[in-house]
Amino acid sequence: MCDHCGCSTPSSPHSHSHAHERAHTHSQDRGHHHHHDRDEERRTIALHQSLMAKNDRLAEQNRGFFKGRGTLALNIVSSPGSGKTAILEATLRALQDDYKMATIVGDLATDNDAARLRATGAPSIQITTGTVCHLDAHMIQHAIEDLGRAPLDLLFIENVGNLVCPAGFDLGEDVRVVVTSVTEGEDKPQKYPSIFQNADIVLVNKIDLAEAVGYDRKRALEILRNAAPGALILELSARTGAGLDAWYNLLRARIRAKVGTEARH
Amino acid sequence: MHEFGIAESLLNTALETAARAEASKIEQVNLRIGLLAGVVEEALTFAFEALSEDTPAQGARLVIEPIPVTCYCETCAAFFEPPRGSYRCPTCQAPSRSVKSGRELQLISIEVS
Repeated sequence: MCDHCGCSTPSSPHSHSHAHERAHTHSQDRGHHHHHDRDEERRTIALHQSLMAKNDRLAEQNRGFFKGRGTLALNIVSSPGSGKTAILEATLRALQDDYKMATIVGDLATDNDAARLRATGAPSIQITTGTVCHLDAHMIQHAIEDLGRAPLDLLFIENVGNLVCPAGFDLGEDVRVVVTSVTEGEDKPQKYPSIFQNADIVLVNKIDLAEAVGYDRKRALEILRNAAPGALILELSARTGAGLDAWYNLLRARIRAKVGTEARH
Repeated sequence: MHEFGIAESLLNTALETAARAEASKIEQVNLRIGLLAGVVEEALTFAFEALSEDTPAQGARLVIEPIPVTCYCETCAAFFEPPRGSYRCPTCQAPSRSVKSGRELQLISIEVS
């Protein structure tokens, strides 16, 4: 990983020679002028800059890249175990005759998810983040390079399972999808307002288990509509296939909209 | 723990700025962080302390001004502070997607000596 990435293990340079240096204050230092009088004056240096500026800049580059290639990019976030990979497996299989698709998968460790997705026949790049709890625009830039120059209609970016950290990192995607599942309870959006607030699409997975876990559908939808204003909410089950057609149709419509827009330019 | 990455970016900017200004020590770092930015103050402070050890920023105070979430309601042409977990306008109940503040993660200034 190159040094542009704000996420790699911090390489804090460490010097262990302080004691040694301190022991050597010889007479030749006496003539040396220490600017202490001036240095102790306290000054304020104004900066007014976003700490996300670098990520946002790289995200814009990614967005330009996707635009240039006519690729619809989706950033898919959820808590661990809500079914992101299962939904993507089904999607890659269902749409493989219609579109060129690829996935980028972020996980702390293992490439199990990428292997599952690769089994569908679509190229899949695994980003193993180590201790880092989210993907950032820079990691995506490298993953795009790894995907090569082949045509690409749809790129699914499966973020690290985490409802907190990915919220602040724009990857350059067109669509942000939050996946939640009925087994997580109804109030996840209230607990993680940041990630739901700017969701474009919310997929409520495992709807086949709703009854078994006593899922209060009415309350859940009310909470979701409040926490994710403007988001399209789809209930589905990656296991039984219920509701998946609506998801596929939504993807088709978004691809048409994107390609149509690019063509006019 | 994305606070570590943020603290690293913060520290690098502060150190570069201080070096350019020929300052020998960073005394204080002033930040504005929105309540929707998803940053935990304690975690950021902890990370900054750990990373700044043996640098001119060691011992610097992080002063964080929290920025409340403000939404804009187009129907009412008014700003409002939404309660946690809902983005409905308190006047007309329409949901607002337009968050005007609350996602900031800004380095305002550093104080050096």
